[in-house]
Amino acid sequence: MTNIIGGSAMREEQILYLDGITVSFDGFRALDNLSLVFDVGQLRAIIGPNGAGKTTLMDVITGLTRPDSGEIFFQGDVDLSKLDEAAIANLGIGRKFQKPTVFESHSVFDNLELALKAERGVFATLFARLTATQRERIEAVLETIALTDVRDEIAGTLSHGQKQWLEIGMLVMQEPDLLLVDEPVAGMTDAETAQTATLLKEIARTRSVIVVEHDMAFVRDLEAPVTVLHEGRVLAEGTLDAMQNDERVIDVYLGR
Amino acid sequence: MFSRETVLFLIALGLATVLVPLANLALAPESVGHVPTYVVSLLGKYLCYALLAISVDLVWGFCGILSLGHGAFFALGGYVMGMHLMRGIGDRGVYGHPTLPDFMVFLDWKELPWYWHGLDMFPLAALLVFLVPGALAFTLGWFAFRSRVTGVYLSIITQAMTFALMLAFFRNDMGFGGNNGMTDFKELLGFDLQSDGMRNALYVASALALGFGYLLSRAITTSKLGRLLAGIRDAEARTRFLGYRVEHYKLFVFTVSAMLAGLAGALYVPQVGIINPSEFAPAISIEIVIWVAVGGRGTLWGAALGAFAINYAKTYFTGALPDAWLFVLGGLFIVSTLFLPKGIAGLLRAVAGRWPKPSARPALKPATAEAGDD
Repeated sequence: MTNIIGGSAMREEQILYLDGITVSFDGFRALDNLSLVFDVGQLRAIIGPNGAGKTTLMDVITGLTRPDSGEIFFQGDVDLSKLDEAAIANLGIGRKFQKPTVFESHSVFDNLELALKAERGVFATLFARLTATQRERIEAVLETIALTDVRDEIAGTLSHGQKQWLEIGMLVMQEPDLLLVDEPVAGMTDAETAQTATLLKEIARTRSVIVVEHDMAFVRDLEAPVTVLHEGRVLAEGTLDAMQNDERVIDVYLGR
Repeated sequence: MFSRETVLFLIALGLATVLVPLANLALAPESVGHVPTYVVSLLGKYLCYALLAISVDLVWGFCGILSLGHGAFFALGGYVMGMHLMRGIGDRGVYGHPTLPDFMVFLDWKELPWYWHGLDMFPLAALLVFLVPGALAFTLGWFAFRSRVTGVYLSIITQAMTFALMLAFFRNDMGFGGNNGMTDFKELLGFDLQSDGMRNALYVASALALGFGYLLSRAITTSKLGRLLAGIRDAEARTRFLGYRVEHYKLFVFTVSAMLAGLAGALYVPQVGIINPSEFAPAISIEIVIWVAVGGRGTLWGAALGAFAINYAKTYFTGALPDAWLFVLGGLFIVSTLFLPKGIAGLLRAVAGRWPKPSARPALKPATAEAGDD
């Protein structure tokens, strides 16, 4: 990973720069001296067996977990290791959880309204009124995530797949520069999986997107470069075909 | 602009505000329909409890903060009012001291402690009724919410807070009357507290305060902030990752709620004529939560109704079957948890055939009540 060691001038081209990140839980190294870079505007898939550190990586990027050591920069010079979740979200990093997490007692529309990029202060929120433009934006996202017909339904009544889409829609409402999407097609039908791939590719035209996924058919649909994590480190990077023919990757997946 | 439930609640409250004093003052004591003055004060006390219940519902029903210490905010508001009323006694106390309240003369104190100064002025006392409970809630909330203390741990902290305050207020050297608290109040704003006029005025003030507390809470819960609070209640992590500073929102609603509880306490004290440390008892704070649970959490008006219903039952049972009351209260809580998870409000909604339906964009809708039981 020598190619990524450079000054902030080099980091500028990168939406995300991680160098030597280590996270341990009770002696178990979830991330072990991990170094990774993500270019601006890139769609990237991260795969790896259970326990490879995929979700921990997302936790570190979004401020939920502090790294024991290592550097992590966003858009060149913003040091993420000093910020909390809310600050990182407001910088323009959106995160979808592994388990779809939406506001179940609110309507689909209200879920998107809460995610809408706007002032996040207490009093700004208390007196907030939707403008016509904001309303149009919500409608547009509803269209994108194919939930227009259920816009007034309570989110708790949606199907599993629809909740996944709603959560992706909420990320889009935040207008982030980087989306972290953790297992977006878990529990989806094949048709929904294909639609999700199309949706994420659409989003990736204007933003950087990192997708963590197990489903190889889905990763193939994404047509994106793949990073394989194993035991908290990068095992290999390249196209999905190259990865599937890589001896080391085959070894960790088959457990040889 | 208002939901049908809000309109009904306000009409009922408005009628009660007008009719009760009318029935007390305009009808001759022997005529049918006359409401005796002691009943006016009893109802006024219930109105204060209803406001207290709404303040608990605001944090618990709408933001998931189960406070088991709201009795403390209520008592603090009451103590501020009590201090003002003590100052108002002047030299009419048993010992006839011009400034010192009786209990200080009894303790052989020579001068007024600093924190008693200025409380003879009503505007300052009225301000402190909000500020003292508000400041305590803000301080406690600041540390607790920043440290992300939630759920049962937060409940225990609030319970410990009210218990600690109770012990502190029991001490004579705190300067709040110790064990006996404060009583023998004479007048408020120059009017005799025992007069029918003043009793009715306090009743009307309590009703107006309840209306104010209801509308303020309704305004908060139907705003975008209210929807966010429900979001925090249901999926706190999601709100953080959307960029909301959860601790700020919790702090806001907790402080507002404590101020409403303080207002309720301040109106309660002149109507019951006494304030003492037993108001801080942990059991009282738990009882408030039962009012809200039985009335219907996350509805505001249900909480008010629950406070009314249970306190009416309490007045009845403690008179008729004093030993049975705690069993009745416990039974009510169990019955409502098992069979009426949405409380009396949920039952009424079911009867009215108005089960929460997802409709266009109503204000913070009945759905919150639905999500509110766990």
